[in-house]
Amino acid sequence: MTEPLLDVQDLQVSFATEDGLVRAVDGVSFTLDRGEVVAIVGESGSGKSVTVMTLMGLTRSPNARFAGSARLRGGDLVTASEEELERVRGQEIAMIFQDPISSLSPVMRIGNQIAEQIRAHEKVSKADALDRAADLMERVGIPRARERLRAYPHEFSGGMRQRVMIAMALSLSPSVLIADEPTTALDVTIQAQILKEISQLSRESNSGVIFVTHDLGVVADVADRVLVMYSGRLVEQGTLDEIFYDPQHPYTWGLMGSVTRVDRDPPRRLPAIPGAPPSLLRAPEGCHFRPRCPHAFDRCREVPPLESRLPDAPDHLDRCWLATEDKRVKREVGGRIGLATGDVIK
Amino acid sequence: MARFAVRRMASAILLLFAVSIVVFAIFEVIPSYNPARAIAGRNATPTTVAEVSHKFGFDKPVYVQYGKTMELIFTGQVIDYNDNLNVDSQFAQRFPVTLSLVVPAALLWLVVSIVLGSISALRVGGLADRGIMVAAILGVSIPVFLLAAVLLYLFAFKLPWFPNTGYVPLSDNPAQWAYHLFLPWISIAILSIGFYSRVLRSNLLDMVNEDFVRTARAKGLTKRQVFNRHVLRNSLMPIVTMFGLDFAVLLGGAALVTETVFNLPGIGQYEAQAIGNLDVPPILVGAMFTAFFVVLFSAFNDIVYALLDPRVRLSG
Repeated sequence: MTEPLLDVQDLQVSFATEDGLVRAVDGVSFTLDRGEVVAIVGESGSGKSVTVMTLMGLTRSPNARFAGSARLRGGDLVTASEEELERVRGQEIAMIFQDPISSLSPVMRIGNQIAEQIRAHEKVSKADALDRAADLMERVGIPRARERLRAYPHEFSGGMRQRVMIAMALSLSPSVLIADEPTTALDVTIQAQILKEISQLSRESNSGVIFVTHDLGVVADVADRVLVMYSGRLVEQGTLDEIFYDPQHPYTWGLMGSVTRVDRDPPRRLPAIPGAPPSLLRAPEGCHFRPRCPHAFDRCREVPPLESRLPDAPDHLDRCWLATEDKRVKREVGGRIGLATGDVIK
Repeated sequence: MARFAVRRMASAILLLFAVSIVVFAIFEVIPSYNPARAIAGRNATPTTVAEVSHKFGFDKPVYVQYGKTMELIFTGQVIDYNDNLNVDSQFAQRFPVTLSLVVPAALLWLVVSIVLGSISALRVGGLADRGIMVAAILGVSIPVFLLAAVLLYLFAFKLPWFPNTGYVPLSDNPAQWAYHLFLPWISIAILSIGFYSRVLRSNLLDMVNEDFVRTARAKGLTKRQVFNRHVLRNSLMPIVTMFGLDFAVLLGGAALVTETVFNLPGIGQYEAQAIGNLDVPPILVGAMFTAFFVVLFSAFNDIVYALLDPRVRLSG
């Protein structure tokens, strides 16, 4: 069994604030292989963005505390020095951010921004770097790339800007590509194109991709494996089929249940998970989902460990104390998978 | 673009005349203002005053006086009431002195502000930052006349390190020129350094949280590269705008206190005397002179801003 490209073990990220310690990421572990797309799904505040930004060292600040490790090609990203990180960023691991207009410098030409990425790691002349930038722009589907090199970000549409970000991120063929909600700020028609670009390009360069999103449709489209995060913790992890067709955690049932299906009559009320995610300052005792879970019982006051409870699927992990047979029954709501909005135990 | 330039020039000319009218009107309204008496002298008899008044046309209607004065100004013939000097030539003679004072001081304060503001922002919350901010507030709070007088007293009088006022032209002796201007430069710079460094620090701190700075870091750029190419560049624009206007008014003679304290024969000193004597022609010319620079630098500002920030460029 070959060593995984990226190996995250028990990653913990906390922020010391005036009101106490905020445990933004509480023990997240996963691996990523070349050519694989892993999707991290969760609500806002679940810790998914903090997790991936920590891999790039972008969450470091005076009040941040880290534990655990994230090994990439033998080096640990969590404890790496700033110099080591500067070498790795852009070259081994690159990131596409959510909002392309604010993520590009407004006063620098597009070509120069891409060239800057290249020249940060390779000794090439400005002219050569710009040449490569034009090639990259063509690859991501920007027409008349050579002319557009001298354009500024505000002269491009949202979809084009995101393509520029993709071109920039892939310019040095990094082994890991992180996409943090890359299509959230774009309209749906462009979304499909961008997703295709990312999938295609990452397959071409054989990189591993971590795709952060809250959109299950996107997950179904691109992911090989899925990580479900809730309130700083990984609550379920498995292949795409396992998560969609055999989810083991009530929160995942809630997510699946809240998707309106095209092949059925629309429901009278949009199904939603009642309640709101807990404050990370005063997290509930035991399972974080307990206050919102209609199936919670006394054992839930004890933190469920992330492990496989399915003998046939040792890599399908979840954090729920319910017996497997119970889960199969409880998750059937109105003929499909969902979260029964019965008596919610506080 | 040409239409834009023509429009700007037209409004500039209108502005200059508006300024002159306002200044003129102010003096019409001041109750004790009687230039004829000032010109005639202390012991003049009412007859003499009346003669002088007639000679200078003070008995004519306001708009006629205004027209005449404007004509004199633009033909280079206007005389000041107090010393009977040609105002235009006074301005011409004194302008190089003001330039010598203002230009190096402005460059000094610009460079020092950027350095101090940057250090402050990079080490925010630390000792250097707090120290610089306190010094900046002091700089902004000290009135110029006090600062200039104190500097003169301490470093020219108590400690004979610098000359005791006076001006030496650059063409005569560059070393002496700088030597005499050193304390005046400091006087002017300190106030602006205090202000500008605080503004820059604030801009830089805001900029650091911007998404594109995060992208720059994610590209693997070093901290210095991120700072110089992304943070600083984007933070300088407000500074440039402020600088344009500050510099313009200084060229027009706003450094009059410094010039007076250090006895530098510049435009500011002349204007200060004129104000003290309620001597209208120099005041009028001075106001228009300043307005001219303000208009000029406002236009410059627009151009520079467009150069720095491509988003504001007019199409075509």
